[in-house]
Formats: sequence, C-alpha cells, structure tokens
Amino acid sequence: MPKDHGIGASPKRREDVRFLTGAGNYTDDINVYGQAYVHFLRSDVAHGKITKIDTSAAADMPGVVRIFTGADFEGVGSIPCGWQVTDLHGEPMKEPAHPVLAQGKVRHVGDPIAAIVADSLEEARNAAEAIELDIEELPAVVDMKAALADGSALVHDDLGDNLCYEWGFVEDNRAAVDEAIKNAAHVTTLELRNNRLVANPMEPRVALGEYSRANDHSTLHTTSQNPHVIRLLMGAFVLGIPEHKLTVIAPDVGGGFGTKIFHYAEEAFVTFASKACNRPVKWTASRSEAFMSDAHGRDHVTKIELALDADNNFTALRCDTYANMGAYLSTFASSVPTWLHGTLLAGNYKTPLVYTNVKAVFTNTVPVDAYRGAGRPEATFQIERVVDKAARELGVDPIALRRQNFISEFPYATPVAVEYDTGDYVATMDKLEEIADLSGFAARRAESEKNGKLRGLGVNCYIEACGIAPSNLVGQLGARAGLYDAATVRVNATGSISVMVGAHSHGQGHETAFPQVVAEMLGIDESMVEIVHGDTSKVPFGMGTYGSRSLAVCGSAMVRATEKIINKAKKIAAHLMEASDADIELKDGQFSVAGTDKSVAWGDVTLAAYVPHNYPLEDIEPGLEETAFYDPANFTYPSGAYACEVELDPDTGKVTIERFSAADDFGNVVNPMIVEGQVHGGIGQGVGQALLENAAYDENGQLLSASYMDYAMPRADDLPFYTVDHSCQTPCTHNPLGVKGCGEAGAIGSPPSVINAVIDAMQSGGFKVDHMDMPASPGRVWAAMHG
Amino acid sequence: MVEVTLKVNGKSVTKSVKGNTLMTEFLRDELRLTGTHVGCDTSQCGACVIHVNGEAVKGCTMFAAEADGAEVATIEGMASPDGTLSVIQQAFQDHHGLQCGFCTPGMVMSAAALLKDNPKPTEAEVRDYLEGNLCRCTGYHNIVKAIMAASGQDVSSIAAE
Ligand code: FES
Ligand code: FES
Repeated sequence: MPKDHGIGASPKRREDVRFLTGAGNYTDDINVYGQAYVHFLRSDVAHGKITKIDTSAAADMPGVVRIFTGADFEGVGSIPCGWQVTDLHGEPMKEPAHPVLAQGKVRHVGDPIAAIVADSLEEARNAAEAIELDIEELPAVVDMKAALADGSALVHDDLGDNLCYEWGFVEDNRAAVDEAIKNAAHVTTLELRNNRLVANPMEPRVALGEYSRANDHSTLHTTSQNPHVIRLLMGAFVLGIPEHKLTVIAPDVGGGFGTKIFHYAEEAFVTFASKACNRPVKWTASRSEAFMSDAHGRDHVTKIELALDADNNFTALRCDTYANMGAYLSTFASSVPTWLHGTLLAGNYKTPLVYTNVKAVFTNTVPVDAYRGAGRPEATFQIERVVDKAARELGVDPIALRRQNFISEFPYATPVAVEYDTGDYVATMDKLEEIADLSGFAARRAESEKNGKLRGLGVNCYIEACGIAPSNLVGQLGARAGLYDAATVRVNATGSISVMVGAHSHGQGHETAFPQVVAEMLGIDESMVEIVHGDTSKVPFGMGTYGSRSLAVCGSAMVRATEKIINKAKKIAAHLMEASDADIELKDGQFSVAGTDKSVAWGDVTLAAYVPHNYPLEDIEPGLEETAFYDPANFTYPSGAYACEVELDPDTGKVTIERFSAADDFGNVVNPMIVEGQVHGGIGQGVGQALLENAAYDENGQLLSASYMDYAMPRADDLPFYTVDHSCQTPCTHNPLGVKGCGEAGAIGSPPSVINAVIDAMQSGGFKVDHMDMPASPGRVWAAMHG
Repeated sequence: MVEVTLKVNGKSVTKSVKGNTLMTEFLRDELRLTGTHVGCDTSQCGACVIHVNGEAVKGCTMFAAEADGAEVATIEGMASPDGTLSVIQQAFQDHHGLQCGFCTPGMVMSAAALLKDNPKPTEAEVRDYLEGNLCRCTGYHNIVKAIMAASGQDVSSIAAE
C-alpha cells in the first residue's frame, strides 16, 4: 500500500491551488507605487568599439527620468564570477571585467549599452531611438578553434588572447592515458558538438529595484533560484551594499533550469538606478531580450577516445574539449566544463584511466553557463555515445558491453577524484530492460518497416554528481562561496510550524514535499507545517536550488533543525511529566514516558514553550525555534539507465519518439509524484536538445535563433508518454534522508539514448552513419543519410 | 484613447485605453488580473490564452480596444466563487499537470476550449491542440494526462502518476 502521508507519499501539491487560479505571485505581477520602467539599449553587433554615445536629445524626450551609460558605472564593481579555475600550469583563469553597462566596447549581440528609465515602458523605448550611437564594428570571434588561432580578434584586448584557461584533469594521468590508448587492442574515437541551448524558462527574467531613503535600504525583487547568492554577489562585489541594507526577494519563480542562478547586470542596474533616481525601477525581459541576455547552456566541441583491451574491457578514456564561455564569465561558467564535467567522466564504468583537457574560450556570443545538468549532460553524452560507437565497431551488443564494464562495488573511488557512495547499475539496467520491453523491440521494428519506416533503439546509462557540495572541497577547487544550506524550524505556540529554508522552488514543489519530512519526524499532520522561502529578510543564509540539491542539502538542514526541536521538546515534555529526558519517546505527535501510560501531546509541549509557567527555566530557554546549517560530506550520485525508441521516415528524415523509458536510482524518495514529474520534464528538455533545439550564430556573431520562430522548443506533439521507474533505490549513505536528487537526471540521461536510437535506425536501413550531432532535425538526418 | 466596455469573468468594466494597448497589458496592468501571463513576444507560447466570446484567444495578439462589447474569461474566473476548482483545474492538480505554474493558466484555458469542442479527445488530439502552448517544466506527460482525465477518460493505464 502506498503511504498516504509523510515520506514516500504523494500528497497533491498545495502550491497548485494558487497557480491554477491565477493567484501566483511572480515578479512581474508585482508593481509598486511610483515605479519607473527601464528599457535597455542593446548592441545589435557582436563586436565593436563605441565611438560615440550622445543621450542629450533622448534625455529631453517625454517621460524620461534619466538615461544611464557605462560612464555612470565607472566606480561600480564588475559582475563577478563565482568560481576561479586554476589552469594546468597552476595559474588562475583569466577574468575579464564584466561591466553593468558596456564601457568602450560591445562584446555580444544583446550587450547592454545604455539604460533609459522613464515613466512608462513606451516612453523609455521611444527615447532609446533618440540616442545617438556610433559603433565601429570589429571582426567577430565566433568559432572557438579560430578564436585560439594566432591573429584572431580579441574579445578582451587586455587579456592578450581568447583563452580563459586550459585545464587538465587529472594532469598526472595524462601520460598514462596516452600510453594506454597507444597500446589498446581497440580505440574508438568520436568528435562531437554538444549543441548550444537556451534554457527558456517560460517566465522571462524580471527585476524590480526599490530604494528607501528613509531607511537607506535597497530591495530587489528578482526571478532567482537563489536570492542569497544574488545578495552576496551583487551586494559585496558589484554595488558595495552591506547585507543589512539589502533585501533580495524571489517570489514565485516560473522555471529556471539554471539560467536563474546567475547574477545579471539588469539586477544590479535596477538596484543602482532606484537609488540614483529615488524611484522604484522595473525591468521585464521580452522573450527576444531573454534569448540575447539569459546565459546560454552547453556549447562544447569535443574529441573523445575510448581504449579497450582484447576482451572489450575499457582501459582508458581521453576527452579534449573546447568550452564556449561567451563574451564574459557568467557566475558559474568556469566550473561547468571543469569540475562539473571532468569529474564525471568515469561514468558508470570501471575505466581505470581518465584524462580530460578543457580549453575555455571567449567568443563574441552571449555568456554560457549552467543549464539543467551543467557539465554532466556533456560528460554523459560523450561517454554513452562513444561506448555505443565502440559496440558497433566491435560488433557486440551495446548493453552487454556496458554491463561488462559496470562498476559493481561501492564505495568506488574513480580515477577522476570522486567517490561514488552507492549505486546498483545492474539493477537499473535490469529494470530498464523490463519496463522498456526491450525483448519486444524486434517485433516493433518489423511493424515499423512494414509501414516504410526505420526503427531504432538507443540505450544509455548515466551517473551524476548532485547535492552540491562539500564546502571545503569546492573551496579547494576554486568556488568562492560555501555550498551548505540552512533551515530554521519555528514551532509556534499552538504547535503549527513555519520552516524557513534557503532552497527556493521554481517548480519543484518544496511547499508540499518539505512538510512531508518535518511532519513525519514529529508525527503531526502535514497541514500544520508551512514553508517560507525566497526572501533574504526571512530565511537563513542558504544557497538556493540548483544541481538537484534542495532535498539532499537543504532538506538535510531541515532534518537537523527538526532533530534539535525534538531534543528540546523532549526536555520540556520530561519536565511536564516529571520524568527523565532519556525516557521520553515521541510517536504520532505524543510524548510518552517509556514503560508508563503517561503522555503529553505535541501541542501541550509547544504551548509550554511559549507560556512557560510550568517550565524548566533554569535549564532551558523558553520558545521552540532551531536553525541548522548543513554542509554535505560528499556529492550524491543518482544513476540510471534510459531507453529510447524512434521511428525515422527515410523519405523526409523526420524522427519521432515512439517510446521513452527511464529507470532511475534516486535513493530514497519523499514524494514519488513530484519525482516522476521532474524526470518527465528533464526528458522533455533532453529530447528537445537531441531533436529540436539549437542556438545558432552566423559567422558575424548574429544570433540566428532569437525567438520561438527559429528556436525549436519541444511541443506536446513532439513527445510521447514516458515510462519512468524509480524503484531501484540505493540510499545515499551520507545524508540523513538517504536522498540523492532527481531534478537533472532526465536532461542528463536522455540525449544519448535518442541519438543512439537515431543512429541505430539509420544503420538498420543500411545507412552507414556512425555519428550525427544534435539536434537530429529532419534536414540534418536526411543529410546524414544521403551524404 | 478609446473607451471600451466589456465583461470580464462576468463583471462589466468600462475603461479608456490606448489604441495599441494589448489585451494582456489591459488585463494585467489595468485590471490587475495577473493570472494571464506573457511568455513571448511572437505569439507562440500560449501563456496568455484567454476566452473571448467563448473562443480561446492569445491575449497578446489582440488589442483591448477590439474587445469592446466582448465577454472575456480569464483563469481568475475558472474556479467557483467559493474557491472550488473546476474539473479541469482539479485534474491538473490531481495529475501533477504543473510545476512552476507559469504556463498553467494558458494550458487550463486552452484545455477548456478543447473540451468544449471535443469532449473526449484522444491523446493525439490533445497533443495536437496544445501546439500553441509551450511548457518547459512538465515534458507535457501530465498535462496531456490531466486533460484526458478531465474529459472523463480512464487514464490509469498511462504510465506513472
Ligand atoms: S505571450 Fe506568448 S503567445 Fe501570447
Ligand atoms: S509548469 Fe512551468 S512552464 Fe509549464
């Protein structure tokens, strides 16, 4: 029987009521008295020198409050990068300045040059037309390899070249890896591109700055996954506002997928301008603006080599990647191709030697940063494509080749510096074979062929590192912040509870799932527990929601804080029942004295804490509120196996997804309904990457896919019903809930199985295609088949 | 400025609007009905779907001035006055048909228009009808399932809850 409450149950989401009735409170729904609007004048060229900018005529236009240019921000800090990568020579990466508004040069289409604050948006836009602007166009740096060639134009003149860093990992393994490849019985080599994507949460970014002269206090409402991170970065590095004078609020957030982690220029601008103009200033991105100002994702060009011995055991893996940083370093950009990618290259396999070389490159394109999975999808795609290609070259079954090389003993220390605590890759593969009905594939293929279609089956595994991250470890690796999280459990006099958490839902259902945990621990009804999040003035300093970390890290903090509550409550209960603390048991919301029939209810204890008439005041303080900060001991390692079946129309190249199955191991699961929804959404995005989506630039650095007309988002009729299963559960060994995180799995695990299936379909039709880059759109598939 | 009189969720409103005020701006800024969302500027996301005289319309494709005399329904009018969710809204909650909720008002309004014309749509018909509604969170699985459930069909055999 499935549980109907507590951990493991699927109560309906409480936040749904407001979202379903139009009562959500997203940032753009907030308007404050007297607010002005800002319109950004953005560069329409990829690279150029600003030779003239004259705002005097525009400043006289109706409704204009003030016009800002780069000159107004000369004394203001640069938008910081949160992670300093050390290159293979031990030198720090190059960190160019990233001004709020362009200073002297524009570096990508969409780079903000001027900001017009006016009484209405229309007036701001009209005034922008009156700004006299001359830009001397410079050659655009677009292709990464060309960017590193001698004589390339420079994105940042002061850096001397376009290389942010060259990173080697593990550098000490490099020679041994090369040696193993040289001596291998077989080497499979693959060159591929992990296509550039735009995260495209359906809610565009919005920022509303307010300044109170009376209190010298700034408030920023923003579409963020992590308000405390924004307060830290913007307050400390850009604007120099101390924490107690700055509140960052992210109300309901309409999706993020990574792109709402980062601190953006527009946030700093509205905060700065609201003080400068002494008026609230609001910015709402249009979708077109989002395409050219939200950090993009992926965009890696990679060569991967897999070495095998004569028995088909993997002996070494080498990966050489060019990673596009875009024009500036976004908040976590530098960590994505390095620590979130290189450390995952063992995958699910006991490959003893692994080496990764990454060249991070500046180009005249929108900055690139974490997008759902961030580095791990790139690693998974490479490994699972090269393993599939190896199986085809060797004429062996791709599943058998994987099984043969699976890591099977845990804990397992990989050659890339991480230790997997638990997992069972055989179990998830067995489960996949069952739920995907792989034994029925041949019959389904025959059926497709009868209808003139090709049918392909693609399988892959994945492993990811989630629950980011142990602070001391990431500190050594270059993170400029801790990655703990925090929760305050405030028990009220009547026994109801508010839990203030550092995680911030942007669709994950924390308001429903987190109370399940607290209520189960206390044996009370979930409806007595409410979650408060998204406001730095209300919640303790937590690091927010990304990297599938909310439950694993913030949930652990919540458990620790609740344990403190239970300890204190037991002392109060012991006093009320004149017993010893050690004899008090808590069950179903009742405290009892072991071995007796004496008990007091949860509500009696909570009331005593706040009306301490009969209370051990000499031993403990009144009140019942506890905070815990939790710093994880290790990453968590969700894993799984995915299968995709496609039909391919050989006449048109059109690929349709016929079946998609996912067998995941997330460890323990708090709310299965929410977990499955997360997997569905991740698969939707992964299939989107594999078949549809591509952020393309031309050689002049013009963004060709800058709206939903040109950027193909997955629609309902592009996707099937999915079969998902999370019954294989090897609980995480180092966090109190035994949870691993599920938010990114679908996006990490699905692209390789889709492409493996497309290749399989082509091969079944006699087309000798052994690789194609994403997206496998009809024209590209047709071209791959027909050369 | 032009004066418009229309009914929104059954209530009569008269306002003067600029000729170029979009219906989405009118609803959100003038009437403070912020449930109608704006997710794009090319009329492709469907976050803004409302009903005008009973038909599903993308609010970003019409001017408020064009709605003079019209009956407009928005997401705010879908539940009963006592707060009871409509069958479609309830099905979205029951089947986890939403995550961040941003696409949801448009999805619900589109679904209501679909079920009015086609009370028992097939999976393919639902997917086809939602061509103009983007959701980035759910992968559509539970949205399609919720709409089929709202139409009274048994969805228990569709994998996963
Ligand atoms: S706002 Fe996107 S279709 Fe109307
Ligand atoms: S629920 Fe987030 S876009 Fe659909």
